[in-house]
Amino acid sequence: MKSPLLTVSGLQMRFGGLLAVDGIEFQVNPGEIFAIIGPNGAGKTTVFNCVSGFYRPTAGEIRLDARAITGQPGHRIARAGIVRTFQNIRLFRTMTAVENLLVAQHAQLDTNWFSGLFMLPRFRRAERDALERAAYWLEKVGLREYANREAGNLAYGQQRRLEIARCMITQPRLLLLDEPAAGLNPQETHELDLLIRELRDQHDVAVLLIEHDMSLVMEISDRILVMEYGRPIGIGTPAEVRSNPRVIKAYLGEE
Amino acid sequence: MKSLKTACMAALLTAVLTLPLLGAHLVVNGLSTTLVVNLWPVGIAVLLVFVAQLLDLKARLGAITQALPTVSLSSASFSRHIRLWLAVVLVAALIFPFVASRGAVDVATYALTYVMLGLGLNIVVGFAGLLDLGYVAFYAVGAYSYALLSQYFGLSFWVCLPIGGLFAATFGILLGFPVLRLRGDYLAIVTLGFGEIIRLVLNNWDSLTHGPDGINGIARPTVFGLELNRRASPGGTTLHEFFGIPFDSLYAVIALYLIALLLVILTLFIINRLVRMPVGRAWEALREDEIACRSLGLNPTLIKLSAFALGACFAGLAGAFYASRLGTITPESFTFIESAVVLAIVVLGGMGSQIGVILAALLLTVLPELARSFSEYRMLIFGLVMVLMMIWRPQGLMPATRPRLELPTAEEAHQ
Ligand SMILES: Nc1ncnc2c1ncn2[C@@H]1O[C@H](COP(=O)(O)OP(=O)(O)O)[C@@H](O)[C@H]1O
Ligand SMILES: [Mg+2]
Repeated sequence: MKSPLLTVSGLQMRFGGLLAVDGIEFQVNPGEIFAIIGPNGAGKTTVFNCVSGFYRPTAGEIRLDARAITGQPGHRIARAGIVRTFQNIRLFRTMTAVENLLVAQHAQLDTNWFSGLFMLPRFRRAERDALERAAYWLEKVGLREYANREAGNLAYGQQRRLEIARCMITQPRLLLLDEPAAGLNPQETHELDLLIRELRDQHDVAVLLIEHDMSLVMEISDRILVMEYGRPIGIGTPAEVRSNPRVIKAYLGEE
Repeated sequence: MKSLKTACMAALLTAVLTLPLLGAHLVVNGLSTTLVVNLWPVGIAVLLVFVAQLLDLKARLGAITQALPTVSLSSASFSRHIRLWLAVVLVAALIFPFVASRGAVDVATYALTYVMLGLGLNIVVGFAGLLDLGYVAFYAVGAYSYALLSQYFGLSFWVCLPIGGLFAATFGILLGFPVLRLRGDYLAIVTLGFGEIIRLVLNNWDSLTHGPDGINGIARPTVFGLELNRRASPGGTTLHEFFGIPFDSLYAVIALYLIALLLVILTLFIINRLVRMPVGRAWEALREDEIACRSLGLNPTLIKLSAFALGACFAGLAGAFYASRLGTITPESFTFIESAVVLAIVVLGGMGSQIGVILAALLLTVLPELARSFSEYRMLIFGLVMVLMMIWRPQGLMPATRPRLELPTAEEAHQ
């Protein structure tokens, strides 16, 4: 048994009188695709915000490998290897697609001002490599020909894919996708399915996924956590979740 | 509710921007010059902007604005010939002091100082999107650094110039580090306060700064070690002695102009490299979406700090130059009005647009000198222009376009 990549225990997030998340426990193993499902307002995005360092949980612990990262600032968590997409896409809209991918490589680039000001070979090489990596990822998500387009002008599905590419170029260990299939047509959803598997298989990344598209979730996920009103009501493989009476009653039964 | 907040912010900004232009003017009365403050026009301007923002006049009059011609230098033919244009401008700027009148060269030097200040503040406000209302503080730090180091330790201008820049940047970091973690609005207020604090300290620290009397007899810059004065200091050599020509105070004026030009070119070089470097991209990304930046591992505080400190550094350099040019500085040279003028330059020029900022700096410094005779109207006109800008063209004369790093398309790459 591999030791888990991400361990979330006793997670609680309180907004004033509202308990948005309470008693959430789960682990994501290396190479696993783990989904969180639940009705709107269940607290899924809030879990993401806690894991990615945008909220400081009011209780509980989050570990990456064995290291506690609870309450660390978002940029530090990102550098540790957890990056995310947003439910409402957050691209740098007036920058081009390729520049979005360059900004994402900031932490890996030569940011020494001296070598940049005088365009030392070291700087040129770093920039060239960054461009090459950007080209690779644009190709991968099928946006190579849109490289110099402003991100805000891309079609919705393309923006979703660019956001995923922008995460992957940071070479994360855990990728957090918040409703990546929202607003996609069936064809695009199918491509997304293939893309996520490919990322997991070829790029050594575990995926934590929030998704409403049940067929996608059931097909792609290794394990699923079901949430309702901020609390966990079931966890397990797709088959286990599908046959869990509480889940059927609370969630799937409604469909 | 949101529009009320925007309207309030716009009104505040208008007050800041129009205060030096509409609210205060110098009245020359025989030998004495007095600063007359008249707040009426400012009030009217603020009200105008507030109401316009509240009613969203901009959107309603959008059609009219669309019809207005826009100055756009991003046309293909312009960018293709940009090197040629730059060369022409540079040659003209180099020849200028040798053909122009002494007064004109003096005004040009003065204008170049503001070009530098404008470009520096443009990094902070235009690129990084941080509203700095106390920029003059760093200008003062640079000026006093040189004045004091030169007076107490006899250090030369060329040694003090980088020190002045470094001191100013250090102040920028010390001030920025705690404040830049906060939301944007706080920065404006804290920098506003900081500007005043620096001035008050300079005014009251008599033993060091001679208080309101300021510092006199600050050494002029030297040119390759040669002094520009009539008489050499002990052990020094003057320019005219060295070349065996009669003394002419015009030499100093020309030399100062060329030094200012050199500083502006240096500033432009650095900024133009920076916007093509990771940090330049990060500034733009941060302005666009701070949360996304953080989610990708960029540390927003550090990136903002780099812009803030760099802007401060340029103000410090400009300040050291200012002190050496005038030979005398007092705390009153560094009032809030000065910050407002530089901010007006950045806003008028188009935040983030370097050519725009240069033109605006020239416009706001040279025009008043040319039009001294109708100074009453000039203030009115400037104020009006500012107000109209706030309402219709908040992006400035020339909206900024950062150079984009392009990825060649697959076919191009194969060729
Ligand atoms: N920053 C916040 N302040 C107050 N309440 C919040 C905040 N973020 C989320 N909530 C509340 O927490 C609950 C869960 O929201 P969210 O995590 O976005 O749900 P989901 O992503 O599952 O649809 C909602 O009731 C929401 O209103
Ligand atoms: Mg959500």
